[in-house]
Amino acid sequence: MVNQKKQGLQTIIFEEPPVLTAWATIVGPKEGEGPWRSDFDWIMEDYEFGESSWEKAESKLLRETVKLAVSKKNYQPEDIELLVSGDLLNQITSSSFAARELQIPFLGMYGACSTMAEALLTAAMAIDGGYFERVVAAVSSHHYSAERQFRFPTEQGVQRSMSSQWTVTGAGAVVLEKGIYGGPRLTCATIGKIIDLGQKDANDLGSAMAPAAADTIKTHLSDTNRPSDYYDLIVTGDLGKVGSALLKQLFIKNGVVPEPNYSDCGVLMFNDNQDVHAGGSGCGCSASMLCGPLLKKMVQGKIERLLLVATGALMSPTTSFQGESIPGIAHAVALENP
Amino acid sequence: MNTSADQIKKIEAQEYEDLVSQTKPKPTLLKNCIWAFVIGGLICTLGQVILNYFIGQGLTKLDAGSATSVVLIFLAALFTGLGWYDVLGKHAGAGSIVPITGFANAIVASAMEFKREGYVFGVGARIFTVAGPTLVFGFAVSILIGLIKVVFS
Repeated sequence: MVNQKKQGLQTIIFEEPPVLTAWATIVGPKEGEGPWRSDFDWIMEDYEFGESSWEKAESKLLRETVKLAVSKKNYQPEDIELLVSGDLLNQITSSSFAARELQIPFLGMYGACSTMAEALLTAAMAIDGGYFERVVAAVSSHHYSAERQFRFPTEQGVQRSMSSQWTVTGAGAVVLEKGIYGGPRLTCATIGKIIDLGQKDANDLGSAMAPAAADTIKTHLSDTNRPSDYYDLIVTGDLGKVGSALLKQLFIKNGVVPEPNYSDCGVLMFNDNQDVHAGGSGCGCSASMLCGPLLKKMVQGKIERLLLVATGALMSPTTSFQGESIPGIAHAVALENP
Repeated sequence: MNTSADQIKKIEAQEYEDLVSQTKPKPTLLKNCIWAFVIGGLICTLGQVILNYFIGQGLTKLDAGSATSVVLIFLAALFTGLGWYDVLGKHAGAGSIVPITGFANAIVASAMEFKREGYVFGVGARIFTVAGPTLVFGFAVSILIGLIKVVFS
């Protein structure tokens, strides 16, 4: 039997593309000062979010974002059949603690900053596979919970390197439903391979992830036989300024020319004067850009076809201290208006 | 493993490394040095002022030195608690890390960060996360120098 749902090497095609029927994003104060203030649903007043620890704040952020997305369709959390969710913390506790409150059947995901695409494509497979009709894909990241886990205590006086990125405080949640509604559809997705070209600098994750993004985009275009200008926008998750500059050079090397329709959520997230060095990063970066400005532009018809390529650096502080290089990954999801 | 495949992989990694080093923004070395010199210098000058004051009050030089350290550590801890030292450190870099104040900052910042995990497994266990290496190798070198002094005198 010919497998009709998989095309080429790594791309899955949805027969009945699931529809993104509702979405929501809540972001932190710094993200709210950026260029997309009016596109986010809600901006936190402070990083604690009324909780006593960064971890609790992040879990609440994710939980409230899911509730908000669900409420936009007048659903209750119990109307959702499956929650596919992830975050950056050890043992993805933000997600599981949020799922504890929400009481939705839960699958946890970890793909570092690529988790939004991973969760979306998993949710879409669950729906197109015929198992579920209403699934939520969600992720979160919190600047200070990530900082204390991956880097330094918050109050320590350190100088950040020019290539380092700022973990975005933000969460995004998308309700996907079986295709009986209007709205952007998730038509196909490319599952990325891990690419590791030996980069070891944990303060420069953009450089470590750029080759993975290049590989996934190239594979996606060749698997689907689409030219790069098929998409109105190809947007990577969080390569930042350094990583996206590298990706543009890798495009040239690979014979892919997506400019000028290429951009990066990490570059877009903040204004230049916000002192974030190379841009935003974290699961929340691509998630809040997607659930904020990007999907809004799709609804307005300013973007008809979007390829979201969320990128992740799959190292841990332990592996970095042990001198291991950083494995990069990128998953692509294609969103198209009907 | 296939050696030629290994070699290709190595070349690929090297090519990419070259591309990365071309693309990566250079650290603003001169600016960082000037900031570090000025702020580091100011912290040391402050120390000297305090030292002179204590000597003027009649302390011996040794006692005045200890008292100065205590005051500087207190100030750094206070400013860390108020959330000011990390702002200073962002600009001053080594200028605010190298003096004794930087050491105090590293310890207090860790203590504050891990307080949420409790006093034993949080503060107690993690307070030297950042400053620990300085202590370990500081002690090791002091013992070494002590031994050298004993052997040669």
